[in-house]
Amino acid sequence: MSMTAAVGHAHADPHHIGVVIEHPGPASKRIVTAYGFWVFLLSDIVMFSCFFAAYAVLSGQTAGGPSGAEIFEQRNVAIETVCLLLSSFTCGMASIAADVRNRFWFYFGMAVTCVLGVIFLVIEFREFADLVARGYGPSRSAFLTSFFSLVGCHGLHVSAGVLWLLTMMAQVFAKGFRADVLRRMMCFALFWHALDIIWVGVFSVVYLLGGAP
Amino acid sequence: MLGKLDWSAIPFDQPIPLVAGAVVLVAILAVLIWVVVKGHLPYLWDEWITSVDHKRIGVMYILLASVMLLRGGSDAIMMRIQQAVAYQSQGYLPPEHYNQIFSAHGTIMIFFVAMPFVIGLMNLVVPLQLGVRDVAFPTLNSVGFWLTATGALLVNISLVVGEFARTGWLAFPPLSGLSYSPGVGVDYYAWSLQISGVGTLVAGINLVTTVLKLRTRGMNYLRMPMFCWTTLASNLLIVSAFPILTATLAMLLLDRYLGFHFFTNEAGGNVMMFMNLIWAWGHPEVYILVLPAFGIFSEVVSTFSGKALFGYRSMVLATMAICVVSFMVWLHHFFTMGAGPDVNAIFGIASMIIAIPTGVKIYNWLFTMYGGRIRFATPMLWSVGFMVTFIIGGLTGVLVAVPPADFMLHNSMFLVAHFHNVIIGGVLFGAFAGFEYWFPKAFGFRLDERWGKAAFWFTFTGFYVTFMPLYIAGMLGMTRRLQHYDVAAWRPWMIVAAIGMAVLSIGVICQIMQLVVSIRNREALRDRTGDPWDGRSLEWATSSPPPVFNFAFHPDVRGEDAYWDMKTRAQQQSFEHDVPEYQDIEMPRNSPTGFICAFFASIMGFALIWHIWWMVILGGLGAFATFVVFAWRDHDEYVIPAEEVARIDRINLEERRSLVSMAGAV
Repeated sequence: MSMTAAVGHAHADPHHIGVVIEHPGPASKRIVTAYGFWVFLLSDIVMFSCFFAAYAVLSGQTAGGPSGAEIFEQRNVAIETVCLLLSSFTCGMASIAADVRNRFWFYFGMAVTCVLGVIFLVIEFREFADLVARGYGPSRSAFLTSFFSLVGCHGLHVSAGVLWLLTMMAQVFAKGFRADVLRRMMCFALFWHALDIIWVGVFSVVYLLGGAP
Repeated sequence: MLGKLDWSAIPFDQPIPLVAGAVVLVAILAVLIWVVVKGHLPYLWDEWITSVDHKRIGVMYILLASVMLLRGGSDAIMMRIQQAVAYQSQGYLPPEHYNQIFSAHGTIMIFFVAMPFVIGLMNLVVPLQLGVRDVAFPTLNSVGFWLTATGALLVNISLVVGEFARTGWLAFPPLSGLSYSPGVGVDYYAWSLQISGVGTLVAGINLVTTVLKLRTRGMNYLRMPMFCWTTLASNLLIVSAFPILTATLAMLLLDRYLGFHFFTNEAGGNVMMFMNLIWAWGHPEVYILVLPAFGIFSEVVSTFSGKALFGYRSMVLATMAICVVSFMVWLHHFFTMGAGPDVNAIFGIASMIIAIPTGVKIYNWLFTMYGGRIRFATPMLWSVGFMVTFIIGGLTGVLVAVPPADFMLHNSMFLVAHFHNVIIGGVLFGAFAGFEYWFPKAFGFRLDERWGKAAFWFTFTGFYVTFMPLYIAGMLGMTRRLQHYDVAAWRPWMIVAAIGMAVLSIGVICQIMQLVVSIRNREALRDRTGDPWDGRSLEWATSSPPPVFNFAFHPDVRGEDAYWDMKTRAQQQSFEHDVPEYQDIEMPRNSPTGFICAFFASIMGFALIWHIWWMVILGGLGAFATFVVFAWRDHDEYVIPAEEVARIDRINLEERRSLVSMAGAV
């Protein structure tokens, strides 16, 4: 749908005197799909906000267990953050490659994104496994409950993202850069970038604020 | 192998659920056998189960809501009888069964009656009112419906396999935690709401995008029918509130399944966090339900008064004001928590403020009627009945918004009377008004007016006889959810309420009779023009029932009340005879994705409830595979050729021409 709007005289509309911009009609599929996915992402962010709120309420409730400052490894978190932020860049490269229909750079960008996502997940998994092994699992205290849930919820999203990423690569391999595949690719990119934004929140609220002694 | 599931899950010692379950099972089997034997299965599969047509999906939503209304209504009858007889005695329902009944009643009525009813009406009507051919995401729409049906299925399975929650409809911890509710009841509750909640979220995203991005030419925001505005507001609330419910129930489930400490009394968990979170969803939820009802009343009052809606812009403003303020009042559900006078005062004032836009709406409807040529058809009766009833409910609401008064009335029967007053008087009356009003659009024939009016008067009277006594009982100190009681002063009011329930039930029977009689007399009640009520918005511009593509051409809208405007112009300038050039129309193909997805979701939900882990994995893989298969298909649209569009459209145009020429002659 072009962005031209018909300009007409609204003689039938008593509230308008003179000229109003007429609504041009239904939007194109590309716009509708992206818009709907944006609305979904906003709802997903609302869901995360509940876990953030729970963390804010419960972060001091250590019940005799460790506090954030005692268990957070800032070095690992820094590596995780770099991986995720870089993967957002490579995901952007893959999107551009898809737009110009360049298969090589698309696969390359997606593959790097995937590797970076998996590295992030492995580091996170090791952090969790290490904590559980030391007896600091989520049932140790309300603080650990909220920590594992918030960070784990983000991790689950990244895992789903990796699954989606692989499906996207398979789709391009099987179907080429068809219009519907490109629309899905656009949604995937939005999803991946949104996870980055969430991670910036997690990094700041959980690891930076919670890691301070 | 089967987790916690064994034969002890079937309540062989309790005759009531067993008999009820058997009756339902026999009914379902009978319908299934009839469908298969008569050879209707291919028709059902092709035209309904796999349909992605918003009109069909809307009808299925409403059917689901109607069936569940009978289930929730049966619970209500049982409760009213119990309280009428359980004076200084145990009554006929054992406590743990009674607790399940009031929990199931609330859960079912909100999530599986009110929600699907309004979402069904929005699905059916909004694309037609916007002058477009479908919603933004037709296949997802079908997924949403079937996931809602999955939730309803799980709630009903709990009747005979295991138990339902005994915790009330919001499952407050610590009662709903593992230590006090070790059974599967809360798990049934939580998983059915999680699954149907995904369906609701999908419906919300779909309808928000539809209203904002799919409107016909010239359908500017301030020309949209009021129902589209309230749909927008309601679905914005769904999108921003339902994720809170999902997160909260996820936390409760983590507490129950993995020993987390969100809401436990041990290890620093915080019970009041649950109240805050659940009501941050719960209060917007009541506006999610009632805003579409306000939209329906706006359409009905304007149509049956023969006037444009009074104060259209103030109505839009009031709707959006309610949409925003509804997120700022949640704490009034627990003034007694002890947040302190300043917090309580702020939320008390916010709760009173939200009555102002609602009052604006009431005056707008009254002024719309003032000076109009009012026709008291059944939808209009429901609307006028609503205005009277809702004002009472609203006033008692303002009363409990005052924190000191709320301290006295908290958790009393007064509160029960208040929220039934607004939900029955607002949402249910609205749903019935919409049902009567748009039925001819969906099926092509009107409903019988005599039975409709009888249904209205019995329901209206029955409502007052049932719920006004509950206000009094609440004033006399009766708390809610009592399985038995020893106070003599409450007894007469409970008996009156039970009698009221009988009157209400007659209303329901009248409604069923209305459907039966109307189907039998459908030829006499046939609506040939597509415009049986002399309507004002675009849904009446197409035939009844509309063709699958709704409109042969996207209508051109030039002002508010688009169809009224078209009719007026057609009369003034005789009928424009330019024959339009028909074009091929592309429509989305039917897809079983929704049904198959819900099938796997049912398996997964059931397995999660009973801790059958291999089955959980099976269900999850199945659902993912369904989506991949859906994503892999090559042809998602089919073409209706221009000749076919022309043929269908000409039939409708002929009928309309005769109508307009007749009206012109008068």
